[in-house]
Amino acid sequence: MKRLGVYICHCGGNISDYVDVEEVRKAVEHEEGVVLAKTTMFACSDSNQNDMVSDIKKHKLDGVVVASCSPKLHLVTFRNVTERGDLNKYTYVHANIREQASWAHSDDKQGATGKAIHLVKAAIAKSRYAEPLYPNQIEAEKTIAVIGAGIAGLKAAASISDKNINVILIEKENRVGGHAAELGDLFMSDEKGYDLVNRVYNDIVQRENVTILTGSEVISSKGSIGDFTLKIRKRPQNAGDPVETMEIKVGSMVVATGFESYIPKEGEFDYVVNENVIALPEFKLLVDKSTGDRLIYKGKTIKNIVYIYCVGSRQNEGGNTYCSRFCCTSVIHTSIEAKKKFKNIYNIHLNRGIRTYGKQELLYAESLKMGDIYLQFDQTTPPEITSNGKNSIVTVTDILSEGKKMSVEADLIVLVTGMVPRSDQSVGTMLKIPKGRDKFYNEVHIKLRPVETVIDGITIAGACQGPKNISESVNSALSAATKSFSYVSKGTLETEPIIAVINEDSCSWCGKCLEACPFDAIEKRNVNSREIAVVNSSVCKGCGMCAPVCPPDAINLIGYRNEEIISMIDVLA
Amino acid sequence: MTGNLKKSAKILVFSTEKISDPAIDMAGLLKLHYPPTVYTITIPCSSGIKPSWILHAFEKGFDGVFIAADGSDCVYGETCTEKTGNLVSAAHEQMKAKDIEPARLRMAAICSVCSEAFVKQIRSFNEYLIKTLHAQEL
Repeated sequence: MKRLGVYICHCGGNISDYVDVEEVRKAVEHEEGVVLAKTTMFACSDSNQNDMVSDIKKHKLDGVVVASCSPKLHLVTFRNVTERGDLNKYTYVHANIREQASWAHSDDKQGATGKAIHLVKAAIAKSRYAEPLYPNQIEAEKTIAVIGAGIAGLKAAASISDKNINVILIEKENRVGGHAAELGDLFMSDEKGYDLVNRVYNDIVQRENVTILTGSEVISSKGSIGDFTLKIRKRPQNAGDPVETMEIKVGSMVVATGFESYIPKEGEFDYVVNENVIALPEFKLLVDKSTGDRLIYKGKTIKNIVYIYCVGSRQNEGGNTYCSRFCCTSVIHTSIEAKKKFKNIYNIHLNRGIRTYGKQELLYAESLKMGDIYLQFDQTTPPEITSNGKNSIVTVTDILSEGKKMSVEADLIVLVTGMVPRSDQSVGTMLKIPKGRDKFYNEVHIKLRPVETVIDGITIAGACQGPKNISESVNSALSAATKSFSYVSKGTLETEPIIAVINEDSCSWCGKCLEACPFDAIEKRNVNSREIAVVNSSVCKGCGMCAPVCPPDAINLIGYRNEEIISMIDVLA
Repeated sequence: MTGNLKKSAKILVFSTEKISDPAIDMAGLLKLHYPPTVYTITIPCSSGIKPSWILHAFEKGFDGVFIAADGSDCVYGETCTEKTGNLVSAAHEQMKAKDIEPARLRMAAICSVCSEAFVKQIRSFNEYLIKTLHAQEL
């Protein structure tokens, strides 16, 4: 009989806040074959991994079950642990008691605990049948597609190109650079946004292993990691030109489709209805493009500028509840630029707490030193805009002055708007990239696998994943580029050794399995004077389509044999 | 005696590793609740489910079986939808032969981001099963 070790993870409190992990441990410790059942605060921690390796050797374990988060996150981690304990990694079985028990049933602790017990018992049942297996190797296309040529996409393309891999950079617009190309002065850099974009573009455009397709959209995707086929439609560049479509093969993809700026609704802080009210992107453009020693807007000299923070960010449930992170820094930076560039500028910042984290705090300090005024309001009492017939008056209740009401005459009111996900989500929908509660694309784990998606071979970079400033976008792009490179760098990929196997004694060739197989992996052979079906293991992809159609039930999929599935059903029932 | 009312039918879900599993996981992440007596067995492709497994689940006491199918997103090819449909039909026939109501087996395509669709399907299936199988307990 197999000797099994079972580990039940608290996941900090992500699991144990809703599932009684000790009760789970007690419920499974006497299951047949279980010689060790432990709870652990973090199963994935180095110390627990080391303990598992010691346990495997000390207790002469033949199989390991970890009940923790989704296998998407840590299946590979624990397979590697079993390998370090000198076990075949495919003897490891995972039970997902976080996404499918504690979180899914956080409204019912008893129910969640009961379900977790069943799931762990089912994993133990499967583990009794788990056998040593060895991975298959497949060819991986050594080309990577980068979708979106904003600053994240450009930098990802440059980074992949540096690694001597072919890159195809696909941009929907007719120009590269995205939002960064619209920016003037940048913080922590002597460059302007458009100069930065030009510098990176001019670098990669000359490289032989980079192909840039502007005015182009990915319209379909087929295949999987190592072997994606993308269909691309290129818009006519000149009137009368035909629409061009092409197919490319890539091994992995970086999705860097960026963000949109929040556009206030008509009437939100008088936006649109009051000509003195503009949003942050418009203000940045105004400051960058204006010349002379006075800031002029619609023919009027601007002196008093009132900034209203968190417009479209940190809203109540149902709205954009997240903080857009970049906007505090961006508006303070631009307000300083305005003050340096033009005469008699007075900045009044109506904020909900300044979030200029890290080095960006230097800007806040500089702004204070220059005499900018900061008043803090509560979300429940937002600033009000009225008119004195000539100018706009902004009234705010400053919570740092014991709720004192203050009014200021404003020549210009800047709504400090944040980032929202792109309204065109066609790329994400086509590639089936999950979205989070904020509707931006979701990574597997924000700390452990921050650029990977649940779709193997597809990474995300930049602000399509959530609000980021340029340096954060570039960091994530470099990370995504490296991860995507790692998928295809060897030219081969390891795939699961899951293939169909045929019981020769039960098979009496009928051909139904061959009809069902989409990969022609089954052939008729004469074995011991009998015609039977034989699986070509190098072609079989392990879908299992042949198994249900076999009249004598002679076909099983490795890892999903009848006895494994039936034993799991027995335990779960 | 509302405490004794059966609110959750026992449902076995066959989900697929690359397509519907991520959606079911994301339903958990988003705390989209569904009955805790819904258990998932993961397989590579929905067209690889054997009708005998489905029948076994009913024999063992499951109220319902739900196939979270790959649909047109199947990584193994576009024939998956048709083949999964065929195995569901075969299972329905076998269920009828054993006097098991075919409506206790449901199938819906659940894509990798279809968390809300999954939860909606499961809640509706649960309601149906409670009404039809456990009406006397209500």
